[in-house]
Amino acid sequence: METQTIKLQATDSQATERITGKEAIIRCLLAEGVDTIYGYPGGAIMPVYDELYKYQDQINHILTRHEQGATHAAQGYARVSGRVGVAIATSGPGATNLITGIADAQIDSTPMVCITGQVASHLLGSDAFQETDIIGISTPVTKWNCQVTKASEIPEVIAKAFYIARSGRPGPVLIDITKDAQFEEFDFKYKKCTAIRSYKPVPQLNLDEVAAAAKIINAAKKPLIVWGQGVILGKAEEEFKNVVEKSGIPAAWTILGASAIPTDHPLNVGMVGMHGNYAPNMLTNECDVLIAIGMRFDDRVTGDLNTYAKQAQVIHFEIDPAEVNKNVTADVAVLGNSKESLAALLPLLEEKSHTEWHQRFKDMYTIEYDKIINDDIHPTKEGLTMGEVLEGINTVTKGEAVIVSDVGQHQMIACRYAKFNKSKSNITSGGLGTMGFALPAAIGAQMGAPDRPVVAIIGDGGYQMTIQELGTIFQTKVPVKIVVLNNDFLGMVRQWQQLFFDRRYASTEMVNPDFVAIAKGYFIDAQKVTKREELAGAIETMLASDGPYFLEVKVEKEDNVFPMIPSGASVSDIRLE
Amino acid sequence: MSEIKTFTVSIYTENNIGLLNRISAIFQRRKINIESLNTSMSEIEGVSRFVIVINVTEEQIKKIIGQLEKQVEVIKAFYHTDEQTIFLETCLFKIKSDLLFEERQIQNIIKESNAQIVTVNKEFFVLEKAGRRSEIELLYRELSAFGIMQFVRSGRIAVTKDEMKISTMLAEFAE
Ligand SMILES: Cc1ncc(C[n+]2csc(CCOP(=O)(O)OP(=O)(O)O)c2C)c(N)n1
Repeated sequence: METQTIKLQATDSQATERITGKEAIIRCLLAEGVDTIYGYPGGAIMPVYDELYKYQDQINHILTRHEQGATHAAQGYARVSGRVGVAIATSGPGATNLITGIADAQIDSTPMVCITGQVASHLLGSDAFQETDIIGISTPVTKWNCQVTKASEIPEVIAKAFYIARSGRPGPVLIDITKDAQFEEFDFKYKKCTAIRSYKPVPQLNLDEVAAAAKIINAAKKPLIVWGQGVILGKAEEEFKNVVEKSGIPAAWTILGASAIPTDHPLNVGMVGMHGNYAPNMLTNECDVLIAIGMRFDDRVTGDLNTYAKQAQVIHFEIDPAEVNKNVTADVAVLGNSKESLAALLPLLEEKSHTEWHQRFKDMYTIEYDKIINDDIHPTKEGLTMGEVLEGINTVTKGEAVIVSDVGQHQMIACRYAKFNKSKSNITSGGLGTMGFALPAAIGAQMGAPDRPVVAIIGDGGYQMTIQELGTIFQTKVPVKIVVLNNDFLGMVRQWQQLFFDRRYASTEMVNPDFVAIAKGYFIDAQKVTKREELAGAIETMLASDGPYFLEVKVEKEDNVFPMIPSGASVSDIRLE
Repeated sequence: MSEIKTFTVSIYTENNIGLLNRISAIFQRRKINIESLNTSMSEIEGVSRFVIVINVTEEQIKKIIGQLEKQVEVIKAFYHTDEQTIFLETCLFKIKSDLLFEERQIQNIIKESNAQIVTVNKEFFVLEKAGRRSEIELLYRELSAFGIMQFVRSGRIAVTKDEMKISTMLAEFAE
């Protein structure tokens, strides 16, 4: 009986079978457990679409309205589910339209497999209709890519693609398949990839390094943890929480690390970086030991490297050896998967509470609260603030929602104020800062977490970069909640113009359309809020609705996001106004 | 630490199409000029070896090695200073045949430089010389006085004085 079930579940097909390349592609995807694909058809990928028609009861294909939307949706799906997102497109313009999402996935370590059709192999290099060298174009922004010109190569290449995309530090992979290879028949057999000679996804954990790290941590008087997405990608939330709680060390997060432990956890001291919290930024330059876990010292986090945590001993827990000593030199580097390394660290840690040191964080939080947070989330001035919208959403969702944010002021506000109780809840474009990310990513996020409320927070600028995905939402009925925080400005750029370019608002004011009418044009329930009294009710209506919902909130036109570390300045030069 | 030096980078890779693109992009992104590049088979079956010469600081080269090894198809990358390697370049000169017979001095130059005549015909002869860059450059200067019809020089090839642990690494993988 037991062998029976194993057989049924087995994904590797041992026996060969003569099928076409296009069918092989679908079979490989099924063998990898793919249930949803985001894409857009066209000449060079039509054979695969023809096959999808046949397999539509097994694979759900989501027709986005632009290939960029397909990649962002695949990213959103991957980020909330921890699975590999899949996007497909045709050759030429279809393929090039994937590039922004691929670059975004690369820098944010998101597992994604993109499949592009390509002109027939005898036409390669001839500037044929819709031929582009997508392998050349995508090389710098993929973890791996490969062109397939023979059907017989398909199974091995797809198996490798999934293995590479999801293992180690995850990332996007692109496979380009010529049209003739899609039609060609061959003897199909599928074997999952489990190892590649030249590829070592996870470095061997060195217990001496763990011990050295523990020794420094135990001796620290003013230690600070900064964690990144590596905790989430390593599925190490539990191990991480245990380490934080046992060591009693204040822990701050990078934008992509958000939600790995709940917002209200007593040892969670907030966000680091350009618009992060006051205390963790300031105290980075005061701590005696800085413990970086699954983060890569991005320049938005460190500010000026010459003045970053110079007084501290640095311990770096990291899966990607190329990140160690790249920006900040580590006194001890613990290479490996965060789940394993934190589990090894835990028994070596002494139980501590660091009460006085914590008090410093609390005192600084009070300063930030009085100067900024209170006015952001409980404003007394007439205009609505982005912060109070987030606070309103928190009240209804109680930290259970997946928050997908776009890029700009609203993103920083969303990440600063959204409450997270569960891991994998903060989906945003961190490393690339891609406007237009949120609307399609929310579609994927909702499909990756169908039982959770998904709320997209988007600016009026970024919304219009991928607004066409309202069509996808309408067609699929995916019940995402879309909140546009409309300040009639490219707000974040305007803020910089105000602060650093003498208020010369060059091309940042936006004359916007009737967003509610547009949503309604797509048959999506919609409403617009301009007054504070209407806000709470509108948020409730939105979150109570069964289907997708669009909410526009007219917010203060010229609000700024603070705190702020001016670019290139030291983290301790953080400005509160 | 921040002194710029010449480093020879050896990269052992799978023999796959497109890898050169990935590797050169790593140097391009950091605006590092490749002084010379050679790729060939290596001592291990199915494994290619790139030999790349660049002028950078030790700090930079360490980061580059990290980026190189991050590439899926790169098995291992090493870097060495000139002192740690035995290296040479090779070159070919094509010269009018008349000169070989009419200019006594050319024959002396050939002898003294340890260059080899690869072929001779009525119109031209081809001279091959392997050695350090400076030796090749000296020969070039000497011969250019007489006229060089064609000249080509290869990228640097190098072997290390110490053992590279690549074979043991690959053996471990096979286990
Ligand atoms: C694709 C892309 N183009 C340009 C930018 C530069 N940029 C960063 S924030 C921003 C303004 C965003 O405005 P909006 O979407 O209205 O959001 P707000 O800042 O007002 O909340 C711009 C233009 C970007 N991040 N991405």
